[in-house]
Amino acid sequence: MYFAVKNMNTKPILTVKNLSVVFPDNNGGLHALDDISFEVFPRDFICFLGPSGSGKTTLLRILANLLPPTTGQLNFIHNQHPQIGMVFQQSNLMPWRTVMDNIKLPLELENMDESTARIKAQEMIELVGLNGFEDSWPRDLSGGMAQRVAIARALIHDPDLLLLDEPFGSLDAITRERMWTELSRIWQAKQKTVIMVTHSINESLFLADRVLVLTQRPGKIKFDLKVDLPRPRNDDIRYTPHFGKLARKLRETIE
Amino acid sequence: MDINPLKVFHPSSAKRNGMWLRVLSLGLGLVCWQITSIFSGVEVFILPPPLKVWSRFLVAAQDGSLFRDIGVTFSEVVLGLIVGVTFATILGYSVAKSRALEQVLSPYLVASQAIPVVAIAPLLVLWFGYGMFSKVLICALIVFFPVLINTIVGIRAVPQAFYDLMKSLRASRKQILMKVEIPAALPIFLGGLRIGATLSVIGAVVGELIGSKYGLGNLINRARVGYDMPMVYVAVFMLIFLALGLYGIVARIEKKLLRWQETFERLNV
Repeated sequence: MYFAVKNMNTKPILTVKNLSVVFPDNNGGLHALDDISFEVFPRDFICFLGPSGSGKTTLLRILANLLPPTTGQLNFIHNQHPQIGMVFQQSNLMPWRTVMDNIKLPLELENMDESTARIKAQEMIELVGLNGFEDSWPRDLSGGMAQRVAIARALIHDPDLLLLDEPFGSLDAITRERMWTELSRIWQAKQKTVIMVTHSINESLFLADRVLVLTQRPGKIKFDLKVDLPRPRNDDIRYTPHFGKLARKLRETIE
Repeated sequence: MDINPLKVFHPSSAKRNGMWLRVLSLGLGLVCWQITSIFSGVEVFILPPPLKVWSRFLVAAQDGSLFRDIGVTFSEVVLGLIVGVTFATILGYSVAKSRALEQVLSPYLVASQAIPVVAIAPLLVLWFGYGMFSKVLICALIVFFPVLINTIVGIRAVPQAFYDLMKSLRASRKQILMKVEIPAALPIFLGGLRIGATLSVIGAVVGELIGSKYGLGNLINRARVGYDMPMVYVAVFMLIFLALGLYGIVARIEKKLLRWQETFERLNV
């Protein structure tokens, strides 16, 4: 059995200090995030939980360097922006690329040679359980399969940080729960640092080591919950009394 | 998403069946034409029967003059296409990327469309002479607008999500162009090219009818003046084949490049 053991000497790979975001509008600006501070250690699985309009996606976009913060600091270890793998709400697969070609896109961007890239992509295809679909077009995939491809694409270039933006939000309930187990297994295998945003309490508890609850706009960190559920986790864990207790705690903090 | 005015639902399973129907339809049309021209009482020199047109074609094909005219028109059409598409694509991409440039150019672009190219073709022939250059220019002008518009629409239709994805992967400007913008805009761009290819043939013929030395438009004028009606028909059919051939080439390119689209989204030609 695996327990997250945190060495006291480990340095955080990401420190966020007093981060605020204001989007300009005609009405003095839309305050999306307010005074967010947190630290991320290697191999953490952190989940931001909040209602819609709490600036969750904005936060991820800032971490992905797609958006500059209005005020506050973002410090990555070694002072350089890390390699990022990102999974969006929609799979965002390129319809003109096959499953194989979609997955190896990040390697193409690094100008890796074709044969090595294909071998790596094949490994990822096996990891996410899509053997036999290498040459399928995205239009022929179900929502769950498309999101597996998106996860494979986000992991193939071995990123320092995996950002998940409600990756299962567009899936039906049954597929979504199946994907939790899948993602949990993949995370166990790859040991990546993950930051995920979601509005599902069960999803955050099942997957994360730590859940940070955001308030309604402007988003503020309201509650910091350490999820001390043992790993690896499977479906049964959702029916344990401890899971229920944590879920209730989170439920009470969300307005 | 599709600009194509001829968009039809056409499941590929019915393709072979459709092929036979098309051949049958064409054959029936020719038979009707032959019967009409014999029994309608219309003078043969006004409506020559298809067999007469066919034998005129064979004569013209043997003395080689027909192929010179086809060659000239074909060159004008293709050169016009290349010039028009090149300028339209470059300008279209720039306009799609820059709102400021769009503001600066839009009055001219709209005005250029308000002037029918066919109406200023006589001026162009007057300014640039009876040679091929004036026709290439007319073709290029006529091709320019549909390709320009489709390039702009195609580039603007690229989903923001793909830009986000590429930026999160630290893609360069060139990589975004090559791996996202071009493939994403291609279906709409090719729709414009398909319209442009047929328009280009019209441009060349209009130019040649106004004033030229060679070409199928010139051949129509020569034959008409000489009351050689079958020859007029031969020239018209050559133009039809030319336009269909170009259309077919673009359709083939589309089929090859857009394999990823669902079959029924495309037009089967």
